[in-house]
Amino acid sequence: MPDLLIELFSEEIPARMQNRAAQDLQKLVTNGLVEAGLTYASAAAFATPRRLTLTVEGMLSESPSLVEERKGPKADAPEQAIEGFLRGAGLTRDQLEERDTPKGKILFAMIKKPGRPAADIVAEVLEHAIRTFPWPKSMRWGDGSLKWVRPLHSIICLISAEDGAEIVPMDVDGIKAGNVTYGHRFLAPDAITVTGFEDYEAKLKRAFVVLRADERAQAIWNDATNMAFAAGLDVVEDNGLLAEVAGLVEWPVVLMGPIAQDFLGLPAEVLQTSMREHQKFFSVRNAKTGRIERFITVANRTTADHGATILAGNEKVLSARLSDAKFFWENDLRIAKSKAGMAAWVKSLENVTFHNKLGTQAELIERMAVLARELAPMVRADPDAAEQAARIAKADLSSEMVYEFPELQGLMGRYYAKAAGLPDAVAAAAQEHYAPLGPSDEVPTAPLSVAVALAEKIDKLTGFWAIDEKPTGSKDPFALRRAALGVIRILVENGLSISLIDEALKPASAVLTTMKDVSQADEAARLKDLLAFFHDRLKVYLRDQGIRHDIIDACIAMPGNDDLTLLVKRAGALSETLKTDDGENLIQGFKRANNILSQAEEADGVEYSYGADVKFAQTDEERALFSALDDAEAKIAPAMAAQDFTDAMSAMAALRGPIDAFFTAVQVNSDNATVRRNRLNLLSRIRTVCSSVADLTRVDG
Amino acid sequence: MSKSPEKPRSFQSIILALQNYWAAQGCAVLQPYDMEVGAGTFHPATTLRSLGTQPWAAAYVQPSRRPTDGRYGENPNRLQHYYQYQVLIKPSPPNLQDLYLGSLEAIGINMDLHDIRFVEDDWESPTLGAWGLGWEVWCDGMEVSQFTYFQQVGGHDCHPVSGELTYGLERLAMYVLGVDHVMDMPFNDPGSPIELTYADVFKQTEEEYARWNFDTANTDVLLRQFEEAEAHCQAILDQPAVDPKTGKRIIMAHPAYDQCIKASHMFNLLDARGVISVTERQAYIGRVRALAKMCADAFVQTRAGGWSEDAA
Repeated sequence: MPDLLIELFSEEIPARMQNRAAQDLQKLVTNGLVEAGLTYASAAAFATPRRLTLTVEGMLSESPSLVEERKGPKADAPEQAIEGFLRGAGLTRDQLEERDTPKGKILFAMIKKPGRPAADIVAEVLEHAIRTFPWPKSMRWGDGSLKWVRPLHSIICLISAEDGAEIVPMDVDGIKAGNVTYGHRFLAPDAITVTGFEDYEAKLKRAFVVLRADERAQAIWNDATNMAFAAGLDVVEDNGLLAEVAGLVEWPVVLMGPIAQDFLGLPAEVLQTSMREHQKFFSVRNAKTGRIERFITVANRTTADHGATILAGNEKVLSARLSDAKFFWENDLRIAKSKAGMAAWVKSLENVTFHNKLGTQAELIERMAVLARELAPMVRADPDAAEQAARIAKADLSSEMVYEFPELQGLMGRYYAKAAGLPDAVAAAAQEHYAPLGPSDEVPTAPLSVAVALAEKIDKLTGFWAIDEKPTGSKDPFALRRAALGVIRILVENGLSISLIDEALKPASAVLTTMKDVSQADEAARLKDLLAFFHDRLKVYLRDQGIRHDIIDACIAMPGNDDLTLLVKRAGALSETLKTDDGENLIQGFKRANNILSQAEEADGVEYSYGADVKFAQTDEERALFSALDDAEAKIAPAMAAQDFTDAMSAMAALRGPIDAFFTAVQVNSDNATVRRNRLNLLSRIRTVCSSVADLTRVDG
Repeated sequence: MSKSPEKPRSFQSIILALQNYWAAQGCAVLQPYDMEVGAGTFHPATTLRSLGTQPWAAAYVQPSRRPTDGRYGENPNRLQHYYQYQVLIKPSPPNLQDLYLGSLEAIGINMDLHDIRFVEDDWESPTLGAWGLGWEVWCDGMEVSQFTYFQQVGGHDCHPVSGELTYGLERLAMYVLGVDHVMDMPFNDPGSPIELTYADVFKQTEEEYARWNFDTANTDVLLRQFEEAEAHCQAILDQPAVDPKTGKRIIMAHPAYDQCIKASHMFNLLDARGVISVTERQAYIGRVRALAKMCADAFVQTRAGGWSEDAA
């Protein structure tokens, strides 16, 4: 069985696109082959900065021939109809088959589709793949109209079998497929002729090209860690960077260089960020001191001087970068330690717009400070400290370091707050108030950090709601969904029970009255809408924890639904209960009771709510249900008062047996009006007891 | 690629080497445009000539001004006035990368010892309504050039596509010459009877312009000039295509584009004076872009822009 080798050789493909492109090439080509009937044994795709490669092994040499049966008109149909059918099928009258069917004699055409040679199919499929390739961004070049990620220079398309290899004849906008590739741009730029995948990979390696990205990454990591180890140091792990660097080189050569003494005093994060963002360097750390002392860069070649020139150049560039960083750091520290201190930074935020309707960053900070103070007692933080922490939490936005490296916001604030002599907890809040940044980011737990983090997010949500800038569909430019999820996680994961509306949203809304562009109308409706938004995010959050949508709805329908921690506890308990046999069946019983009751209430025009009396009970099952309800009520009320949902729910689930037995033995709609009314009132007790726990009418099942 | 030419000794010898190299590759070596621009791309030899179907190959030095980058001549790398070297070839030749690498050799970068990389960097100029795909070129970790295949300019798709190379000359020269502070760089040959460093030529002007750009430029005047240039650009393009005096078809795309350049520079100066807020910024950029688009629309109606009597 033949093998297929494809290489698309181009100018440098962006590192971030390479892996995906290799997968796309494999998918597009192999899907096309299979659709055309060319099955194969295995396939694999690879990418380097200058090429995408696909190898397909054990491919059919031609597609199987097929016979397509096509049903035509009746044998006695008008001549014109038959002629039309013949034209469509490309056959003559004597080639048709007549078959007897219940509808009479019908003509059938058996159209033979002969198999096609693999080369024809491959050429078609590859051309289609090239022309429809899903690059995130593609371009034209020269005077052509073909689009590729960067100019495409040559194509290998080769089918090889034991008796030799054959170039698939094809031409895409003047680029003819061949059996030629090129080695490393500088170390082996000449043309290389190949006969198949193994030959191709081996020859490329001799031409200083490592085809496989994982092999390049592995080599880089091995050399880097060995080199650092030999110097008694560690490489700081960074898989994103490793993947990127592996996509920037065909022949990785790892070089380690020193960081000049001048810069060793910079915070490790600053060194790391500057080196990673600007230079794509790995950081090398002294495990004993935690300091970053060297850098590792990955060159794309060997040189006669063993990389000395390259390393010297990189050191020089790094020094220029770090001089900037050091300049920023020292300037910032001087300001932080000065008399005016971080307040000067906050002052200058008066000139920075947060949002044109929500004022400046300085105004935002003022609101956060008021709100943090109000929230403090609820999160067990000291109000004065919370206000102070909120006031400096965003000061670092004015610092030069954060201007240069926005991703260091918060962290720099922490360094500068410490330098300014502020308490550690206040400094920590500067960093942690942004958290959690995503679903997997850690939630702050220190009370001050919690207070400021909540203040920041709640102000943001209330503010954007007040100016009617809510997320729609996939658009959420101000990351409000993330903010809401942040609030939910901070409250729930810290076990903080607060009334979101009364204790957070209303105070936040009150603070917003200082903004002249913010509408004060319909506050209650607005906050209700915002609470619904929190509930939507909560559903997503709980769904990820395996709690069903309808269960959450059943709990949201209960009073106190703006205490998210309580809501989550309730939903968790209900979810657990419903997983039990009793729980699941209780729902059936409850629904049955509720249906009978609703129908009777509608028919009779009255509400059956109380008055059930055991003295009118006629069967043991009825009496047993009375006593089970008495038991359940006695247990549920105190459990609910103590917010012990698990106990309340298990008491409720215990009703399952008596309810089931009742429905099996008892006919509710008795001819005796008194008995009937009593039974309906009994059903009403089921509804009342169960509904005190959650709105079970909303539970599916 | 191993024969290494004589090592350059001065800033100007690097510029001359680039001029000679690109002349030898068949480019018309043009002179800088005689107006204040933010980058070599603004030269009409790039902006306008990248439009339309006429083939083009030009190389030139362009003094460029970025008022906000002024540091009174004290920062080792930052200047409010600096030089770019610009090459534009349309259609982009298939060996443009090799031609580019040849230019690095021509200025004394030994390809056998250095690590040259093409790192993704897509280019976009919101003021020109232009974008392209390409790379920043790294030499031993330092960005030495910008390499772009123009896809769109002034809102027009580029057909054919131009290849554009931009070298930041000071930075490149500092690297090649091994100088750490731009002001220390020899401008002419260090053996000259009158030796001149970059500081001798530009230290004083950097101070003067930094003071003017940041603190002194009269913002009312700048604003007025911005608005005048904007109105003027529009007025020029509102003229009929046929000149009533000569009876010839003369669309004044270039004079109109001069006004667009002027408006762009006024905007840069206003920005440096810190009188443009974040929200206003976008609006100003949009106004300059509207001018650039009008000029591009006009240029493609001219002969150099591919218009012909027969086709019309």
